[in-house]
Amino acid sequence: MSKCGQEKRKKVLEFQNVTFSYKDKQQTESTPILQRVNTAIYEREFITIIGASGSGKSTLFRLITGLENPDEGHILLNGEAEEHRLGKVGYMPQQDLLLPWRTIQENAALPIELKRVRKEEAYKRVLPLLEEFGLEGMENRFPHELSGGMRQRVSFLRATLSGSNILLLDEPFSALDAITRLSMQEWLMEQWEKQKTTVVFITHDVNEALFLSDRIFVFGEKPIRTLQEVDVPLGRPRSLKDLNQPSLIELKDQLLEQLRGKVMG
Amino acid sequence: MNNRKGSLSAGLFILAFLIIWEAAARAVNMIFILPPPTGIIEKLWELKGPLLIEHLPVTLSTIIIGLVISILLGVGIAVWMSVSPSAEKAIYPIIISSQMIPIIALAPIFVLWFGYSIWSKVVVTVLITFFPITVNTYDGLRSGSQELKELMLTMGAGKKEIFFKLLVPSALPHFYSGLKVAVTLSVIGAAIGEWLGAQAGLGYFSRRMMTQFDGAAVFAPIVLLSLIGIILFVIVKWIENKSLKWRKSS
Ligand SMILES: Nc1ncnc2c1ncn2[C@@H]1O[C@H](COP(=O)(O)OP(=O)(O)OP(=O)(O)O)[C@@H](O)[C@H]1O
Ligand SMILES: [Mg+2]
Repeated sequence: MSKCGQEKRKKVLEFQNVTFSYKDKQQTESTPILQRVNTAIYEREFITIIGASGSGKSTLFRLITGLENPDEGHILLNGEAEEHRLGKVGYMPQQDLLLPWRTIQENAALPIELKRVRKEEAYKRVLPLLEEFGLEGMENRFPHELSGGMRQRVSFLRATLSGSNILLLDEPFSALDAITRLSMQEWLMEQWEKQKTTVVFITHDVNEALFLSDRIFVFGEKPIRTLQEVDVPLGRPRSLKDLNQPSLIELKDQLLEQLRGKVMG
Repeated sequence: MNNRKGSLSAGLFILAFLIIWEAAARAVNMIFILPPPTGIIEKLWELKGPLLIEHLPVTLSTIIIGLVISILLGVGIAVWMSVSPSAEKAIYPIIISSQMIPIIALAPIFVLWFGYSIWSKVVVTVLITFFPITVNTYDGLRSGSQELKELMLTMGAGKKEIFFKLLVPSALPHFYSGLKVAVTLSVIGAAIGEWLGAQAGLGYFSRRMMTQFDGAAVFAPIVLLSLIGIILFVIVKWIENKSLKWRKSS
């Protein structure tokens, strides 16, 4: 929390002593994934989460969205303890999860449609965005006719249309080539600056994490007790060249070391 | 391409079958037991008046009414079971055991209840056809993916929206599979119903001709019954392709 003035910024998301474990069929609790975790994410922050596979990153998102509830503790959205968080944050799951019977346009419009907007209106709003995402001409195709990267972009677009001030993205660009990935990152930065959203972003790519975020959370061994945070010492706007600064290369090594330590340990 | 090849070989197979039948019938030469295909077609032409005007409409309306009731009943029960676990526990075993009842043995009771009216045949048709519709639709309603459901929940979808935007589209292909089985069974159901007690209908006519040892006239209405089955099947297939466009191109 080195950034000055952060304390005065509004907390968008807060974990208070959150403990969580998945229950198996006999309702016996297995080892917890989170144990008395406290953390806060502030308005207009860009947070990236990195960590080994199976360390609980997606689980954190399931808790924030309200698909799971903490065994103990509270999760606060925009300063209020919310028991019913479903429908209050934008969420892009790890798999693209498009509805196979809906066209690309209809898929992207789903969150708008669920807000009781008329279908025609929702479809009309989506159309220009499809173009922006490099999906022009695809609006009437079905998901199985698209490449994996295209489907991921539809899923990403759909998440941004939730209308919420919190956007959770679970490895949104993992299926994209380097060039498309870059343009999607730029688009995300632009939207993030324009729309005043708070973004929490899961990735396995340390470079991506450093380029995009204000703070990086490193997920270590289970159970997670405290989130290890790393501040990214870069101003904005950023360019990819900034990642070549000696201090950042050092930071990158340190992060990789941290991750590797987790895998070894 | 493959499809065309398939129907070509099916056509050849049927042709071969008919030729063998024709040859065998001529060799046996007992027209009242084994009429040749050409004899059946001749008879069909000869009887076209009474068959098409008097008997076909009766059987066809039995089939259509039976199917409509089956669809309403089957889909209704399937939806009810899918939204209420206690209904599922209570009804599912009943539905399964309803298929153990020898319907032909029960049919005289339907004649007692409904007389020789169309309804005794409709009941038989419904009893035979509602099962595949109910079971398939129910399985379809449960086939909606858990992940998609969770995703829709995070978008704030309610029960109703999940039902109409996720469960119904997931169930549709299963529903059509059930319906395709049901339309072929409906023809059998109507024919059985008519054998057991009727004053008109293709099944009734076929049976009456049996008592007169007119082999060709027994087969003639059966040919029409099969045609009804095939046409109904093709119609359902066509509707299925129309409404499941997203699947066709896969
Ligand atoms: N629905 C579930 N029921 C029971 N256990 C689960 C469930 N989902 C995940 N887990 C377990 O919880 C742990 C954390 O899973 P999670 O999906 O959060 O990992 P992750 O950090 O997102 O991994 P990855 O990088 O591979 O996506 C894993 O050990 C996993 O087996
Ligand atoms: Mg994950």
